[in-house]
Amino acid sequence: MAGVTAVEFSCAELSVREVNTALRGLPDGSAVRIIEPRGRHNLAVGLTNRLSITIAGNAGYYIAGLCDGPDVDVEGFVGWSVGENLMSGTVRVRGNASECAGASARGGLIVIDGDASSRAGISLKGGAIAIAGDVGHMSGFMAQAGTILIGGDAADSLGDSLYEAVIYVGGKIRSLGADAQVEDLGEDDVVRVTEMAASAGFSHVSAQDVTKIASARNLYNFDALKDQKY
Amino acid sequence: MCGIAGLQLKNPDLYAQLGTLVVPMLDVLASRGPDSAGVAIYRRDVPPGELKYSLCAPTPGYDWAGYVSALEAAAGAVPVEFRARGRDGVIVTAIGPDRGPDLLAGIDPSVRLFGYGSAIEVYKDVGPAAEVCDRYGVTGMGGYQAIGHTRMATESAVTTEHSHPFAVSPDLALVHNGSFSNYASVRRRLAADGIRFDTDNDSEVAARYIAREMAAGADLPDALRGVMKVFDGFFTLLVAAGQSLAIVRDSFACKPMVVAETADYVAVASEYVALADLPGVDKAQVFEPMPQEIYTWQV
Repeated sequence: MAGVTAVEFSCAELSVREVNTALRGLPDGSAVRIIEPRGRHNLAVGLTNRLSITIAGNAGYYIAGLCDGPDVDVEGFVGWSVGENLMSGTVRVRGNASECAGASARGGLIVIDGDASSRAGISLKGGAIAIAGDVGHMSGFMAQAGTILIGGDAADSLGDSLYEAVIYVGGKIRSLGADAQVEDLGEDDVVRVTEMAASAGFSHVSAQDVTKIASARNLYNFDALKDQKY
Repeated sequence: MCGIAGLQLKNPDLYAQLGTLVVPMLDVLASRGPDSAGVAIYRRDVPPGELKYSLCAPTPGYDWAGYVSALEAAAGAVPVEFRARGRDGVIVTAIGPDRGPDLLAGIDPSVRLFGYGSAIEVYKDVGPAAEVCDRYGVTGMGGYQAIGHTRMATESAVTTEHSHPFAVSPDLALVHNGSFSNYASVRRRLAADGIRFDTDNDSEVAARYIAREMAAGADLPDALRGVMKVFDGFFTLLVAAGQSLAIVRDSFACKPMVVAETADYVAVASEYVALADLPGVDKAQVFEPMPQEIYTWQV
């Protein structure tokens, strides 16, 4: 990138607050490397400037949460809720992710090269999450809008109480959650999966091999007389 | 919230550094549990046939010499060695596990037995983890595995004996992040079978349950499968036995756990930040264990 400013911050020397304050002050187009992250939580959160941020190692909770602009690349594992409430930009995790990856993300793209744990994409609100490997249980729970692409297998209760988000799974699904159903892929789906796999760099995922999961919409309206249980 | 951490060393060259590696892990996790802390250290440093009994003094400046003399008299010519550890101490003796706990309680019931076995030593107290470890000199201790806990109490009192680990049968120790909801019912059933409890703590019930299952012939994974059937509530459990380390999480898995494994060790902790100082951890395989799956590692 032309005009790139190379900056390096070390978590061994700076607090998380100092790192985030410094990131906020950088001009658009800056390239930043955060070294020795040592599992710190809340790195690179709430940023609205267009930065290229590399986190050089394993990191903690809420990495790149609430961001609206930067591209964040984590060279390792992340803890809970990476990219939570992401608005725009990209987050790439080169290792595995813990629970709630991309929770409530409204926009942007989150790519996990490894596996994601439970509740990936919980309450997703418009963002896109691509996971190369497997996801844990309750992934896509109550996801309202957006797309989750899973290259590997999904554990129990995938897409429970799903709204209008759509999930594509390349591997096996252990079980679907309440009100989630398998649907045939339409042309739009093929385009969506193809584009998303290309954006994520997933050569092992193609639209021909995925299963589409969407809401059956039976829970949209509360039926007081259903099964006469109330 | 609580913090839990464990380390099993595969590379014997690291044995001398066990305490040096584990204490910083617990220190970091003090943010998850500032009330109390404890650690179970496993090391083979007594002759075959002898056991270590980790004892907690009722008061500072306790008369351990008097205690040891009384024990030697009661045990009948069995030698007793006392190793001082801060206010507390470890007794090394050939008095067996069937006889030891009752015999010790008979000498002075106000001295509490925090663990016993051929390898285990248990140190726990109220206070932040670094301070507690410092009181006992844990940093200087070698060994092949350890589990530890930093406590933020939610269901029973903050005292030394309510601290984790709970080590209630030979070489078995448990630390727990979470809270059991039906532990009073389980405790009543165990009590009806004649099992006695030291505290009203929920985690002690799980430790007693696992000990009973293993005494009846179950292996550690079987006993943990039993925990999943019998106990309701939130739990991420880390359990050490003489030669093994195991973890299990409840079906919701909302109490965190991260595993990092290298050729030299397997390390587990509530948060990765506790593992960040381990040698070579940046090259480790790091993952979050699945709910309701039992992971075990053998020494």
